Amino acid sequence: MQFFRTHTLARHAALAVIALVALVLLTYALPSFRNFQLATVGAYLCATAGLTVLIGQTGQLSLGHGALMATGAYSFALMANQLGENGSTGFLLVIVPLLVAIVVAAIVGGLIGLAGARLAGPYLAGLTLALIIAIPTITTTWDGTLGGDQGLSVYVEPAPASLGASFPLEQWQAWIACAAAVLVMFLLANLVHSRFGRAMRAVRDDEVAARLCGIAVGRTKVVAFIVSAATAGLGGGILAMQTQSVSPGAYSLSFSLFLVMGVVVGGVGHLAGAVWGSLLLVALPDLTSSLLDHVDFSASAASKLDGNLALLIFGLVLIFVIVTAPRGLQGLVDVIRGKVRRTPGGQALATVPSTTTAHPQSTESSDV
Amino acid sequence: MDRFIFLTVDGLTRGVIFASFGLALVLIFRGTRLVNFAQGAMAAGTLYLAYSVTQETGSYWAGLAAAVVGGLILGALIERVLMRHIDPSAHLNAVIAALGLVLVIQAVLGIIYGNDFRAMKLPFSRNPYSIGDQPLLSPYDIFVFCVVLAIMIGLAVMFTHTDIGLKMRAAAFAPDISRLLGVNVGRMLTLSWALAAAVGGLAALLIVPTEFGANPHSTDLVFVYAFTAAVIGGLDSPIGTVIGGVIVGLVLSYVSGYSDKDVSAIVILAILIGVLLLRPNGLFASAAARKV
Repeated sequence: MQFFRTHTLARHAALAVIALVALVLLTYALPSFRNFQLATVGAYLCATAGLTVLIGQTGQLSLGHGALMATGAYSFALMANQLGENGSTGFLLVIVPLLVAIVVAAIVGGLIGLAGARLAGPYLAGLTLALIIAIPTITTTWDGTLGGDQGLSVYVEPAPASLGASFPLEQWQAWIACAAAVLVMFLLANLVHSRFGRAMRAVRDDEVAARLCGIAVGRTKVVAFIVSAATAGLGGGILAMQTQSVSPGAYSLSFSLFLVMGVVVGGVGHLAGAVWGSLLLVALPDLTSSLLDHVDFSASAASKLDGNLALLIFGLVLIFVIVTAPRGLQGLVDVIRGKVRRTPGGQALATVPSTTTAHPQSTESSDV
Repeated sequence: MDRFIFLTVDGLTRGVIFASFGLALVLIFRGTRLVNFAQGAMAAGTLYLAYSVTQETGSYWAGLAAAVVGGLILGALIERVLMRHIDPSAHLNAVIAALGLVLVIQAVLGIIYGNDFRAMKLPFSRNPYSIGDQPLLSPYDIFVFCVVLAIMIGLAVMFTHTDIGLKMRAAAFAPDISRLLGVNVGRMLTLSWALAAAVGGLAALLIVPTEFGANPHSTDLVFVYAFTAAVIGGLDSPIGTVIGGVIVGLVLSYVSGYSDKDVSAIVILAILIGVLLLRPNGLFASAAARKV
């Protein structure tokens, strides 16, 4: 155990392998629809993990991660359809569009990050809000390529024949989504523990002090945004693959706010919190709609409640968490465990920028 | 040329509405250093209140009064019940709480009214009077200018010539000293929120009926326009915000008038990026001292 305690990379790699094996085994136990939901959790996790690092580690609040996911989703759709027309098959049809989704989202993220590097909190939030609001207009302005309000359908092949003829597509896609999510978590966990991770937290806590220590503040912020955008793009690409469609309606302002909620509820800055958040993002709408199925409403009342009830619960949860437990679920878990993490990187992870004053004891140790 | 004049008038009308919505943002920003991202959703709330009252009574004016009074109550309520209980040292937390409020308000409106657009009544015609062959102002435009002017003069007089306005400014600029001097800073904040919600609601009531009508999301774009206006003004300056609002209104009017597609949202995004990259503190800011 001592080995894993001192070797962060080995510990993370072992955790990633265990998680991946467990998830693959889990997909055999789940029915198709649950596998579809598992894949959705994976897609959301890619985005929320990137977002929680961005908000928690650098203090930049992005409301535009829904837009970055949309960028990834549209890129995936365009690339997959193009490859499908050219007769590409097999793994290529998954990997290449996902890579394109990552790269395009990273480029868009870089542009926003450049603006964001010069801006303090509310300005960046407003800018990214404008981006997400502009999505429907962007898709209708270039409706020849992006398909307007209808969006695009995505060419997806059935699961590889080597897995057996009747292997469910949902399970195959759940594998891809889980693999992507685990990879993202692994990379981000290492990033947070690296020199760059310390630079991000230094910039977050005090830009002037960080600059005095020789940290390139602007570059750190931009790179953090690019990394976060790339993971959101990957999440969007996976979402496009599994739903086999992409449309502007799916990436509304509410969706972006959902992602923020997932991050906050889990605990801003906690990668583990992002897992809680993504599970909640999939489970809550499912719960509310099954709840609505059991209660007898008139048709018009049901159509009004559908969707909106989940929105309402999300909003109330968000407000409740931020007022009562700003460190989120993972913060509560830490309190219950009654101990503070030992590694310096992990320690800083447990400290949300905004709540440092509320938890003097953890501030002290993060200064070590 | 005719079209240019028409578009200019139209842009001015919309611009002053964005300006007054932007003033609502500035009101709260000056007091709390918080950009109230829930301003749009709050305005949607008062908008539906006006819609319902107008439906019940048949009178536009009753709806308008309901929007103003409802806004005052809603704003005060949100400050007292929610915003006051958020750790003030935590800036992101207040923004996130406002975002949660957006979800709640829009969901409640959606549950009560549904998500389709509802056409709203206008008190005056939108057919423009002409001078010669040139269509100029419509009665509704004149009404808009009068209301916005009343808001602006009202706020200006209140802040510069009344006791309560002086207290509000003091509470915003030096809360600790004001508290020592006996100003109830918390009450001033409540008042700022109440005023902001009323002004924002009024602005939404002026612009939404001229577009697609009421919808839980109909104020999202208005918020972005007003935010841009306030950013052009530096978020802190009422006069800068008015100028910013007029600039935004004019640019949007020209662009949508001379292009065949509605690209307003893209144009506003471009303006916002441009202003933030070139003059992050607004077009009218002098070099600000950096607070270490």
